[in-house]
Amino acid sequence: MLVYTAKRLVLALLVAFTISVLSFSLLFLAGDPAAAIAGETATDQEIERIRTMFGFDRPIWLQYLEWVSRAIQGDFGRSYYFGMPVTELILSRIPVTLTLAGSAMAFALVVGIPMGVIAALYPNSIIDRIALTIAVCGQALPSFWFALMLIVLFGFMIPILPPSGSDSWQHFILPTIVLGYYATPSLMRLTRTGMLEVLSADYIRTARAKGLFPRTVLFKHALRNAVIPVVSVAAVEFGFMLGGSIVIETVFALHGTGYLAWESIRRADFPTVQALILVFSLFYVVLTFVSDLLNAWLDPRIRVA
Amino acid sequence: MAVTSTTIPTMDAIVGPSPGQRLRKRVFGHRGVMIGGIILLVMVLMALFAPLIAPHDPYTQSLANRLVPPVWHETGSWTHPLGTDQLGRDYLSRVIYGVRISLFIGISVAFVSAIIGSAMGLAAGYFGGRVDLVVTFLITCRLSMPVILVALAVVALIGSSLTVVVSVLGLLLWDRFAVVMRSATMQVRALDYVASARAAGCSNARIVFSEILPNVMNPLIVVATLEIANAVLLEAALSFLGLGVQPPLPSWGLMISEGKDYLLFDPWLITIPGLMLFVLLLAINLMGDGMRDVTAPENRN
Amino acid sequence: MSRILEVENLRVDIPLESGTLHAVRDISFHVDKGETLCIVGESGCGKSLTSLALMGLLPTKAIRTANRLSLGGRDLKTLNETQMADIRGSRMAMIFQEPMTSLNPAYTIGNQLAEAMLRHRKVNPNEARERAIYLLEKVGITAAASRLGQYPHQLSGGLRQRVMIAMALMCGPDMILADEPTTALDVTIQAQILHLLANLQKEFEMGLVLITHDLGIVARVAHRVAVMYAGQIVEEGTVEDIFRRPMHPYTQGLLRCIPIPGKTARGAHLGSIPGMVPSLIGDLKGCAFANRCPHAFSDCNTTDVALRDASGGQRYRCLLSQEAATQNAREAATA
Ligand SMILES: Nc1ncnc2c1ncn2[C@@H]1O[C@H](COP(=O)(O)OP(=O)(O)OP(=O)(O)O)[C@@H](O)[C@H]1O
Ligand code: SF4
Ligand SMILES: [Mg+2]
Repeated sequence: MLVYTAKRLVLALLVAFTISVLSFSLLFLAGDPAAAIAGETATDQEIERIRTMFGFDRPIWLQYLEWVSRAIQGDFGRSYYFGMPVTELILSRIPVTLTLAGSAMAFALVVGIPMGVIAALYPNSIIDRIALTIAVCGQALPSFWFALMLIVLFGFMIPILPPSGSDSWQHFILPTIVLGYYATPSLMRLTRTGMLEVLSADYIRTARAKGLFPRTVLFKHALRNAVIPVVSVAAVEFGFMLGGSIVIETVFALHGTGYLAWESIRRADFPTVQALILVFSLFYVVLTFVSDLLNAWLDPRIRVA
Repeated sequence: MAVTSTTIPTMDAIVGPSPGQRLRKRVFGHRGVMIGGIILLVMVLMALFAPLIAPHDPYTQSLANRLVPPVWHETGSWTHPLGTDQLGRDYLSRVIYGVRISLFIGISVAFVSAIIGSAMGLAAGYFGGRVDLVVTFLITCRLSMPVILVALAVVALIGSSLTVVVSVLGLLLWDRFAVVMRSATMQVRALDYVASARAAGCSNARIVFSEILPNVMNPLIVVATLEIANAVLLEAALSFLGLGVQPPLPSWGLMISEGKDYLLFDPWLITIPGLMLFVLLLAINLMGDGMRDVTAPENRN
Repeated sequence: MSRILEVENLRVDIPLESGTLHAVRDISFHVDKGETLCIVGESGCGKSLTSLALMGLLPTKAIRTANRLSLGGRDLKTLNETQMADIRGSRMAMIFQEPMTSLNPAYTIGNQLAEAMLRHRKVNPNEARERAIYLLEKVGITAAASRLGQYPHQLSGGLRQRVMIAMALMCGPDMILADEPTTALDVTIQAQILHLLANLQKEFEMGLVLITHDLGIVARVAHRVAVMYAGQIVEEGTVEDIFRRPMHPYTQGLLRCIPIPGKTARGAHLGSIPGMVPSLIGDLKGCAFANRCPHAFSDCNTTDVALRDASGGQRYRCLLSQEAATQNAREAATA
């Protein structure tokens, strides 16, 4: 387990490094960031001034080193638009996004896993079909459109929920459903296939041959093994949810990091965009790292090797 | 040894229907593939013959005829069956032209990313060792970057246009191709005839193209189908956020974005393109899932 | 001798697209206290389904019918699933063929050993643990106490099968069903495990149904033998009778495939008899073995064959008279 953890950690660090390079260099894709900041109407002199002011005239690798060494210390520079430290800005927005993604994940797990289990217990039954239909529709539903429809429905036609904003917990209900629904199908399908596979395993027959209660067979022997792959996918989905939060937060005007990303992209606020890409990616790296460990811990074949 | 005739199985029981027959039967017997296929066919015809089907020009504005409701409203009329938008453009025509954009982007993105991803996956699966390590690492890196955020940032920097959207998404969505092709290639590579081709001294390129590629086509097609859906969805999201296809092009995502200011009083402006998107995505997904069942029935359920 | 297990006219039918598969066709047998019944027969003849039918563990689509199915005088036919579960692992336990996959990889040996006892008996975890250690030692596992904390993947196949045996014994069952418990193991370990099983069975005076391919083992551990072919019992009798005087041409064929008793190689497998097993779908006409039988005559294809009694309680399913059959057996032995 120790060797395993160490290996995973090295991999995670390598990925983090690569991503920091990528997210830094991404902004030079446009060619000249100084021109982009200055805007279309700027004169050559103005652009030149901005270039020296932000240090864009120095070699790129030097800029990267400086950026990354500051970033490690938690300093991502100042936001061009908001005029405050990027770190502070992001930290102030993170709770909203984490609340949203967390509750959406909980929603997806609470809906997806039981539905997957039931679908696997009664394959081809009505429940299985309903679950499958929900899954297929979920994959085809554009989240921003679904969000708008829910806003029309519950924000205005049957006005029981606030349509936008992030002031109270009620504001999180609709976004949670939209974002959670998005992750439900894959969790459900995975639980279903996992359960079907596990239920036909020899050790389930052994458990039944011992005369164990059906619930013991189901929860202790089957589910435990079936959810192992679900755990890692749930972690991955959680990462995707953070990405998806950009769309959802924009539609619902939830002032989290996703909304911040959209705002700063529209305003060519480079330091904030760079920082956000790095933070989102690192979050994903950490998540997969944790889920790998969790997986190993759930599976004694890896844990006790 | 006495052999009686009663127990000898018939020829049919041994040979059964040919693989081709069986595949055809599975394709046509599979409801998902059928429904998805029919919808998709209609969509493709709509895209191809948009100028013939559309009742009006999708770009002609008519400020006098702004926000005409669809025909099922009391005030609607058959001149504009789906009404008009905030600039008085015929909504039906825009919706019909919109399928062109979605399909064009979906297919070209899948094409670009299929080439990138398959090349990486094939190399990783075929050569293994260090090549595999590098490719796996690249896949991991790619997976950790949030697609929408990166796409938005890049599009915002380079400036949005159809080509930019296609290239950015194409460069981002290769991961699934690489993952699937890698494992499919590994499986095929382990098979006897590939080993014998290597033993016979065939060149790597020859083995990859004549022995391996034909045998990994099935998963490739399935992933490509699902990736088309993914690209269509992402284009719509980008356009919705204002950083995808630019006006006045009738992208469904963009239409929803333009219509959302009128969401309370003219909800059809967002309902109609949204439904179209949903139906198109549903059809592509049904095709993809169905094809997975059909080509690899043993993996089903 | 007290009867533990009595089976009369057990049938297992599996409805399939192409018709109903009659996997087990009206078989009847019994097992006494302290007795070992070996069921032998080719692959696919219905041995596993027979044992699963007794345990009530058939696949959901399979249909079980029987005139009589009783364990220690208790009628199993009328029990519902919950009542059946009360019996499984308690009065009747089963050992499966695949030790590598029959244990749950997520739980320790100790946990999996204890759970059956905690389910069926009023014991606390400590008592269950004591019993597990006692039985692990009984099945020849050293350092039993420390094994309890290990996971299945840390044990070899032979050890896992010993664990499976200990697990079956946890509640002190009257009856053990072992379905090819050694097929997946190395030849040397196979013999050890089977001897272990036979010894434990003697010691605890259980009934044992042992399904096996290994005629060498049958000769050594069985009291009685039932030979199955195409879902039917084609011959049944004491191990001495079956080996010395096989009446059914199929049994004779099986035995011809092993060398002279005494020199029988350990792990000798059923040899192959030329020909194909008839399809189990739909009804059979005439003798099921007719297409492979060296003694078949015209009636064999048309007349349904019932089990008939020979001397000494031996029964066989063949149209040939006892004299003719004995004659064939003698020829077969000298051939
Ligand atoms: N779940 C099932 N569905 C359909 N047919 C089945 C099923 N299980 C078993 N059968 C069929 O029933 C027959 C008897 O199977 P069974 O497993 O009892 O054979 P067996 O004597 O144990 O063979 P082996 O020595 O290979 O274990 C076989 O022809 C098999 O194909
Ligand atoms: S009944 Fe006929 S075919 Fe069947 S075993 Fe006896 S002799 Fe052979
Ligand atoms: Mg069997």
